[in-house]
Amino acid sequence: MKTLQAGMAEYQVSAEPATLVALGLGSCIGVCMYDPTQKVGGLLHIMLPSSALARVATPPAKFADTGVPLLFEEMKKAGAVASQIIVKIAGGAQMFKVASATMNIGLRNAEAVKEELAKLRLKISAEDTGGTCGRTVKFDVETGRITVKTIGTGEKEL
Amino acid sequence: MKSDKQFKDINDLSAVQMDALKEVGNIGAGNAATALSKMLNKKIDMLVPEIRITHLNKVADLAGGPEVPVVGVYLTMSGDAPGHIMFILPLKSARKLVNMLIGESDSEEFSEMEISALNEIGNILASSYLVALTGFTGLALYPSVPSLAIDMAGAILNIVLVELSKLGDYALVIETIFKEGDEDIKGFFFLIPDPGTLEIILGALGVGNL
Repeated sequence: MKTLQAGMAEYQVSAEPATLVALGLGSCIGVCMYDPTQKVGGLLHIMLPSSALARVATPPAKFADTGVPLLFEEMKKAGAVASQIIVKIAGGAQMFKVASATMNIGLRNAEAVKEELAKLRLKISAEDTGGTCGRTVKFDVETGRITVKTIGTGEKEL
Repeated sequence: MKSDKQFKDINDLSAVQMDALKEVGNIGAGNAATALSKMLNKKIDMLVPEIRITHLNKVADLAGGPEVPVVGVYLTMSGDAPGHIMFILPLKSARKLVNMLIGESDSEEFSEMEISALNEIGNILASSYLVALTGFTGLALYPSVPSLAIDMAGAILNIVLVELSKLGDYALVIETIFKEGDEDIKGFFFLIPDPGTLEIILGALGVGNL
């Protein structure tokens, strides 16, 4: 089966059997959207909560505020039905101890993703966010099975 | 000191500016090798560091790939040119350094004492680079207490790549290889300027508008 990698600030959408992958997420977040009736899946790998934080607001998949609506639109273009879409998210860790809470970009990413999802009236059915561990997300579009792997605890289903 | 030019991207750097930054990297790595020699009481050589401009999504590949476990030492610098510093050691290199410092072990895990030794090594290496930068530029820069983490390279690098991603899609990476006898110890050093800092550093190096 095809493996499609969503690198940082990238997304993948597939209506064909494929495994979507986001490797080594730290404070970044992997947002998975799935329509189980149409078997359309998408994975977005955002780095920052808001496009207002950067000098240049591109690519849109870099930011929660532009990336989440983008993935939603691309899902629909690929044949997903908005009301059928299931959302699962993983990532948003704090890898290093830092002085101020505003530096906890992982937490801010998670909050921003949830805010954008709420605007689109999308509910999160599962999440594995926060903590201090790196994560790899794998998403099988054929079955809808999503796994999260960490170095400490191995692979588990989300 | 501050130049008017704002960098959209690290790719906008001219050849002269790249050379100036390379030279800082060179001197910094030299300082680091000397500091390591003193710490380990062994002769440590250094290969001329490679400076690369790498796309954000390819940076973790330098350390073996986004899922490969590495040691990361992270600190911030404050003062005239605020920014972040990250030093990445592949696990194998970290093990070699620790073994040289406090005795042989082939364990996959690091003991508390070994982690504290790694923290110290990271601190010394990062400070050596900072000393080179301050010496070259005359800027006052103060490092924070370093923080250490061992995890997937992609996740460890996130904290600096996130900062870089605010400025553009490319990172300036200095790859340093230290040599002790036949042993290679590879390390990657990232200097991540806050918005505006790169201009200050280049200005202080006398290549602000080249």
